[in-house]
Amino acid sequence: MVFVGLPMAALLWEASSEGTQSFWDSVSSPEAVAALKLTLITSLAVSGLNAVLGTMTAWVLVRDHFRGKSVVNAIIDLPFALPTIVAGLTLLALYGPTSPVGINVAFTQAAIVLAMMFVTLPFVVRTVQPVLQELDPEVEQAAHSLGASYVTTFRRVVFPNILPGILSGVALAFAKAVGEFGSLVIITGNIPFQTEVSSVYIYGRIESGDSAAAAAVAVVLLGISFLTLLSIGAVRHFATRHDRA
Amino acid sequence: MSILVRNVSKRFGDFIAVDHVSLEVESGSLTALLGPSGSGKSTLLRIIAGLETADEGQILLSGRDATRLAPQRRNIGFVFQHYAAFKHMTVRENVAFGLKVRKRPKEEIRDRVDELLHLVQLEGFAHRYPAQLSGGQRQRMGLARALAPEPQVLLLDEPFGALDARVRAELREWLRQLHDVVHVTTVFVTHDQAEAMEISDQIAVVNHGRLEQVGAPRDLYDRPASEFVMTFVGDANDVGGRLVRPHDLELLNEPADGSVEAMIVRVTILGRDAKVELHDAGGAELVALLTRDDFDDSGLWRGQTVWIRPKHERAFAA
Repeated sequence: MVFVGLPMAALLWEASSEGTQSFWDSVSSPEAVAALKLTLITSLAVSGLNAVLGTMTAWVLVRDHFRGKSVVNAIIDLPFALPTIVAGLTLLALYGPTSPVGINVAFTQAAIVLAMMFVTLPFVVRTVQPVLQELDPEVEQAAHSLGASYVTTFRRVVFPNILPGILSGVALAFAKAVGEFGSLVIITGNIPFQTEVSSVYIYGRIESGDSAAAAAVAVVLLGISFLTLLSIGAVRHFATRHDRA
Repeated sequence: MSILVRNVSKRFGDFIAVDHVSLEVESGSLTALLGPSGSGKSTLLRIIAGLETADEGQILLSGRDATRLAPQRRNIGFVFQHYAAFKHMTVRENVAFGLKVRKRPKEEIRDRVDELLHLVQLEGFAHRYPAQLSGGQRQRMGLARALAPEPQVLLLDEPFGALDARVRAELREWLRQLHDVVHVTTVFVTHDQAEAMEISDQIAVVNHGRLEQVGAPRDLYDRPASEFVMTFVGDANDVGGRLVRPHDLELLNEPADGSVEAMIVRVTILGRDAKVELHDAGGAELVALLTRDDFDDSGLWRGQTVWIRPKHERAFAA
């Protein structure tokens, strides 16, 4: 409670220090709204991409056998271990103006998606992997023996079982993407109305001494993260309804 | 539909799971693949189903070569030891799965599922999830699911292996009755010789990936082809290197031709039979089975020294 609750209370206190009108004005300023919109749209896009790519990665790691699999498996967690500012620098070096692979996305919205993808990919992989591992291969064999093609078996048997894992991974990735700062601050260029996301906007507000406005937008982000986490619980509860005897 | 296994082999790395097995299963019969664990009987069943591919040899279903056919196209029903239930589907949805995949009309699916739920006595459980069923109920659901698309062959892999003794005996009896009604060519894997003896028309004894003997339960018991079959199907005593069934031992008060001295260490009355446990001069344990009448007439007592003589015996070339 002290570690989580106290800072939250302080944030709410700061945000409401100048009254609800001021809070509303801060949250609904054009720049703040644009930043929030951008944040939500890119986060949603990244979550969707993660759902597909993360599931595929988990599938390959569980079902395929290839040399260096354990290395790949270990590398998946790299974005978790890497300081996000380092991730930002790395991405800038790789996909910036001096890109060795000839791809320059620096200071564009594509850069936001790229950076968010990088820092959130492990979530879906790590939530789907254990579910896939636990899935009894005989269940799929049963479907095959009943005449179901491989595609039908995946759609009707495998997918419903891994869906809770995918959804909670996606929700975690979304929550993380919404609040991502370190990896974005360098590569996006922070151009207001174009590539400025909410977390960077908050930082900008603080830099200009407007801490109440910063706190107001922060409260909105906090609310979104909180709702997302609540929805994970609901999804889990719904998806595991068959297991309760 | 008949099944023909022709010279099938399968290796897993260095381990030979199935070693040049040939087997014929008559259309409409109930055949047991009997063997100890690790004998390759499940692998053989899975090769027939197409869930494993043979390294060599052929599988013919109704005379048609099915060796390279995917399991989806073999028209088989498979029942797994651990049920392999679709746990996110209700009992009804589980049973209907094979029919839905075949895109049968809705009414037909509904009627067929009702019919099967009645057959496996799960009418009242149609809307439950597998997690809400007992083991025996889950396995009956597994059977209904496998039978729903009217397969030509029903394959069961240790179907009662995960159940407790009472449910096991019940389902075993019930499977036999079901087979008399449904008449689908059935092959089931078991390590329990009593189970195989009780319900099958034909038993194929498998050991170390090889087929030891195929025959009617009675033939295997009366005319075992090898020492392994003799000891695995029914009990056997080793009397001076000769194998004898417990009920083929005579207990005499006097030494006689071919008799061996032994001491009675325990007598157990098993209803109609009496089980007499003995130790021979070398300390080896022997078991004789007498009818109650013979036992009561003989006046045998614990601690008594007797001479045992085989009525029938068998010696097998090693």
